[in-house]
Amino acid sequence: MHYVEQILPSLISGTGMTLSIFFWTIIISIPLGILVGLGMTTKFKPLTWLINVYVWLMRGTPLLLQLIFVFYGLPIVGIVFLRYDAALFAFILNYTAYFAEIFRGGLQAIPVGQYESARVLRLTNWQTLRRIVIPQVVKIVLPSIGNEVINLVKDSSLVYVIGLGDLLRAGNVAMARDVTLLPMLLVGVIYLLLTAVCTLVLKRLEKHYSYWR
Amino acid sequence: MLELKGITKKFGGKTILDDVNLTVENGQILTIVGPSGAGKTTLLRCISGLATVDAGTFLLDGEAFDPATNRNNDAVIGVVFQDFQLFPNLTVLQNVTLAPTMVLKKSAAEAEKEARQLLHQLNLEGKADLFPYELSGGQKQRVAIVRALAMHPKLLCYDEPTSALDPDLRREVEQIILDLKQEGMTQIVVTHDMPFAESIADQMLRVEPKS
Repeated sequence: MHYVEQILPSLISGTGMTLSIFFWTIIISIPLGILVGLGMTTKFKPLTWLINVYVWLMRGTPLLLQLIFVFYGLPIVGIVFLRYDAALFAFILNYTAYFAEIFRGGLQAIPVGQYESARVLRLTNWQTLRRIVIPQVVKIVLPSIGNEVINLVKDSSLVYVIGLGDLLRAGNVAMARDVTLLPMLLVGVIYLLLTAVCTLVLKRLEKHYSYWR
Repeated sequence: MLELKGITKKFGGKTILDDVNLTVENGQILTIVGPSGAGKTTLLRCISGLATVDAGTFLLDGEAFDPATNRNNDAVIGVVFQDFQLFPNLTVLQNVTLAPTMVLKKSAAEAEKEARQLLHQLNLEGKADLFPYELSGGQKQRVAIVRALAMHPKLLCYDEPTSALDPDLRREVEQIILDLKQEGMTQIVVTHDMPFAESIADQMLRVEPKS
């Protein structure tokens, strides 16, 4: 117990880093994902082509590799990020691609008839999007978004590769120093707590949207 | 009065509507009949502005207008879709009041009062706070009619209104259409149900598939 008290402060500060990457990525990449997802459904070919290449790159290579490229690769062409900014940049780029694909699927699941029925009622495109399309899309995509959110909690551990001190790294350091698996056990428990909170929030949200079918 | 002159519509080189001319007097019912693929629904989509025409003109009360770009709120053309297309995320009342408040800029209270009156008229009282999934097919259709009427359309179009209904409900929608005629509503009904078409029509237009 005494040992746990000893290592807990470093684990908690690692959790701070994990949470900070998590929240900023969510806050920025969900709205961006909606925009990019909308872009994918337009009929403007150059735009959809560009977005498709971007999504292919982001989903087609490991996030770990993307982190390395952003932090060690971009300085070669003169773009230098601080460690933390590099991590955030890579995570936002990567997760926006996944969210965009999810929102595209949701948007395409809305029947054309919904747009037509809004049109004959003289609603503008923006009114249609805001009052009819987006509420329906949100309900459709919530379970898939939830999956990505839970993934993000765990993916954030990849930042160790560019030398950031997150939760997993804090555990790793303690394990190597004290030659015991106990820190890693604690790390596991903290990740489980974090994902449990996410799951709970997502369940609440899904319940909130269950008043209609 | 709605007049169509020389309406022609092509899809990829295939002529669907070829020089259609017709006149619907105010307060009358026009039924458009014909086999599947003859272009009945296409004609309705052109009239309601959901499809553009390749040639021809539309006149509403003697004035030329283009349904596809028409934004005049005094010349709304209402549509009751075959599958109703109610908004599933909104209650019955919200479905009806959405456009009057957002488009006609009516106050929420005024729009609600009018909506409740129409719901009552179409035998839907007590349904205002339900969601579309909680309604039967016939009720959904009546909500779709109320939703269209709340915009005070010049003209109300129906696409295959009997296709999803059993015989009892068919008589019911027949009665609704005739009641609305009593109130002076001009209506266009696309159907392949001949007995139904004959019992409501003042005028019938037969369309045949082009070979």
